[in-house]
Amino acid sequence: MEHAEHPSYLQHHFADSQQQEETAKLGMWIFLLTEVLLFGGLFAFYAIYRAWHPEMFVEAHKVLDIPMGALNTFVLITSSLTMALSIRAMQVNNKKQTIWLLVATLLLAATFLVIKYFEYSHKFHLGQLPGKYYTYEGITAANPHIFFSIYFTMTGLHGLHVVIGMAVITWVLIRTIKNNFSSEYYTPIEMTGLYWHLVDLIWIFLFPLLYLIG
Amino acid sequence: MTENVHSHHHILPLSLYFTIAGILFVLTGITVGVSYYDFGSFNIVVALTIAVIKGSLVALYFMHLRYDNKLYGAILVLSLVFLSIFIGLTMIDTLYRGEIQPIEGSVINENAIIYEQNK
Amino acid sequence: MSSSASVNYLNEFKGIKSWLFTLDHKRIGVMYLFGVMISFLLGGVFAVVIRLELLNPGMDFITADTYNQMFTLHGAVMIFLFIIPAIPAALGNFVLPLMIGAKDVAFPRLNLASWYIYVIGAVFALYSIVAGAVDTGWTFYAPYSTTTSTSVISMTLGAFTLGFSSIFTGVNFIATVHKLRTPGMTWFKMPLMVWALYATAVIQILATPVLGITLVLLILERAFGIGIFDAAMGGDPVLFQHFFWFYSHPAVYIMVLPGMGIISELIATFSQKKIFGYKLIAYSSMAIALISFLVWGHHMFTSGQSELASVVFSFLTFFVGIPSGVKMFNWMATMYKGRIKLDSPMLWAMSFMFLFAIGGFTGIMLGAISIDIHMHDTYFVVAHFHYTMMGGTVIAFFGGLHYWWPKIWGRMYNETLAKISVFLVFIGFNMTFFTQFFLGSQGMPRRYYNYLDKFQPLHAFSSYGSWVLAAGFVLMAYYLIHSLYKGEKAPNNPWGALSLEWQTQSPPVHHNFEGEVVLDHDPYDYDTRMVIDDKLIKK
Ligand SMILES: [Cu+2]
Repeated sequence: MEHAEHPSYLQHHFADSQQQEETAKLGMWIFLLTEVLLFGGLFAFYAIYRAWHPEMFVEAHKVLDIPMGALNTFVLITSSLTMALSIRAMQVNNKKQTIWLLVATLLLAATFLVIKYFEYSHKFHLGQLPGKYYTYEGITAANPHIFFSIYFTMTGLHGLHVVIGMAVITWVLIRTIKNNFSSEYYTPIEMTGLYWHLVDLIWIFLFPLLYLIG
Repeated sequence: MTENVHSHHHILPLSLYFTIAGILFVLTGITVGVSYYDFGSFNIVVALTIAVIKGSLVALYFMHLRYDNKLYGAILVLSLVFLSIFIGLTMIDTLYRGEIQPIEGSVINENAIIYEQNK
Repeated sequence: MSSSASVNYLNEFKGIKSWLFTLDHKRIGVMYLFGVMISFLLGGVFAVVIRLELLNPGMDFITADTYNQMFTLHGAVMIFLFIIPAIPAALGNFVLPLMIGAKDVAFPRLNLASWYIYVIGAVFALYSIVAGAVDTGWTFYAPYSTTTSTSVISMTLGAFTLGFSSIFTGVNFIATVHKLRTPGMTWFKMPLMVWALYATAVIQILATPVLGITLVLLILERAFGIGIFDAAMGGDPVLFQHFFWFYSHPAVYIMVLPGMGIISELIATFSQKKIFGYKLIAYSSMAIALISFLVWGHHMFTSGQSELASVVFSFLTFFVGIPSGVKMFNWMATMYKGRIKLDSPMLWAMSFMFLFAIGGFTGIMLGAISIDIHMHDTYFVVAHFHYTMMGGTVIAFFGGLHYWWPKIWGRMYNETLAKISVFLVFIGFNMTFFTQFFLGSQGMPRRYYNYLDKFQPLHAFSSYGSWVLAAGFVLMAYYLIHSLYKGEKAPNNPWGALSLEWQTQSPPVHHNFEGEVVLDHDPYDYDTRMVIDDKLIKK
């Protein structure tokens, strides 16, 4: 059956809502590809310096706080779960549940940032800082400041993505409350979800590379 | 006929989401646990294998790649392929410098200003 | 049949707001066109100033510092503000949806956003000119870029911002080509321009993010001294070159691939003959996109990278020649026994083939390590990349601009003046840059403010050439602007082309096509179909 009347969310240049949704999803995946390559530059940077200074990496990674990092991994995985469930709730038209799950995702994201803040401030305190600001004296291998340059750029860029994610989640939350979505149309939540899972996915790699590998 | 139009919305059972999250938690525990043992150069292999498994679970189930158009998965793989090209070709340089002609530090010009400044 | 009198995308909505908030890909394309033309003018002025200074050895009228800033700005403006967006974002934006029979690009809002981001990036770049212009060259090599006192941060922020604009265009084009083709248009019924834009978009999304992170790292290095590009702190400045060229070598194909797409359209249309080897041209675009990611190290033969890397990169570089050669031979085979019409767009296309062949061959020469060690950083390299970038992309861009001008504005330009203009540009270009092959092979280094007396005659000749070139462009500006006001009304299909954009009126209506798009032929079916007075006729 053709869509006799034009749903309000359907843009004029699409034939039907399925085409619109698939296009949005494709666009989102291409955007995620650009994100992978953006972080990829930093992963390259990590790989190259690790190959050059293996002992320094082993020694420097020990000052990172594994319990804090692990806790943050749990927090972020849980937030990914609540995000995925919020989409599922919208698929079955349970708007109330969607709202609560989005709020939970937001709170978990905030928790992640708070934990990160404690980690950062501890390092600031000890002078475990990037590049020329590095003053810590507990590492004997040469060039330990490079490790912290890598640590701060990688986690900093990731943290920035968490902040952006929170802004986007807030936006879809408001739109959900305003009744913009239904089981027929919830593409923006779905796209936000894809983005949020990618943020989680990148952390899944950052955590072992920075905190665990000795 | 609405079902027909929206048949592409694949609704997964709740239990699946919880199972995946559970596996992710367990794997996180394992990767932290094994990090206290030293496998030498295999440390990185173990940690990255677990990370790849976790990442794949997120991509396949949370991001629905397993049920969606194969094109999206291909895009993700493409990004990883090009990232490997980038890292791989760069490391052909960084790992093999000075192999054919050893790099020796030598003074280009004894009287250059830069040497004055460093004194 | 005065179609311009009717309602079209230009006159349906009025006022400056209807432009600034438009979501119409055609209007956004036109807005980009203004942006890139202003940038071209600016970059061109810098070029003329550089050539004027080089007329004689010693100081003529600008100081050495100003000269360094001039060549940096010339490069940065021409690359980031003109060539990269010129064909995809300006012409491509206009023609891509029309060519595949779509009403718009996939994400019109993102499209408009990309234009605003482009403008913001341009503002950053212009600000850096005011705030003590950058003197690093457009490549921003560390460690000089992290230590010079000039405004590197605002210029790199500009390039970073422009990168986002380019990524957005890429995302948009890929989604558009995948999802918005009119029913019946399979992948191998798409015009070759669409294939070229698609391949370009693939490079844009894969390469540009790496430039983004590179520039962020450069800014962090400069602002906070993170030490990764600083040898004194255990970092490595050569890494900057890897990161930079991982983007910037593919970027030369972001520049030239869409140009090749235009040439495929022009050669087929003006030979009125089915394009030879359609699939090979389409595949070769994708092959170029892929191979372009494997060769960046050929910029670093003398930078201290490992010998192994140099050999690998040199070897891989030669492969780029194959798909480019495939295209050249197919274009020539298309022209063979065609009914060639020498209208001005075709003259641009033929200039492209001549100049790009020289640019391509000298590129193969430079890809050989033994030659490059000697030619590196000489005028030979300068001449080579101007033959590819200007002789290739810029010439193709103007070919495309002349070809689609009637569609964009609904007006014809003065054909005689157009022919004089292409002639002046061709002569002036060769005077300016062929000379530089001689200069380079005799040892004249690039980016030098002063030179030995023995180079004076060649430098002077090159500078005279730049005046002829400038005259050609001034003439072009005159007749194109004149045509907007006084030009004859354009028919819907002035060149007798078969692709879909010519089947709607000139200029097109807001939604591109009246009613359903009818697709009953391939874009190059010139053997069975022809166009007479805007009517498509079966032979
Ligand atoms: Cu190159």
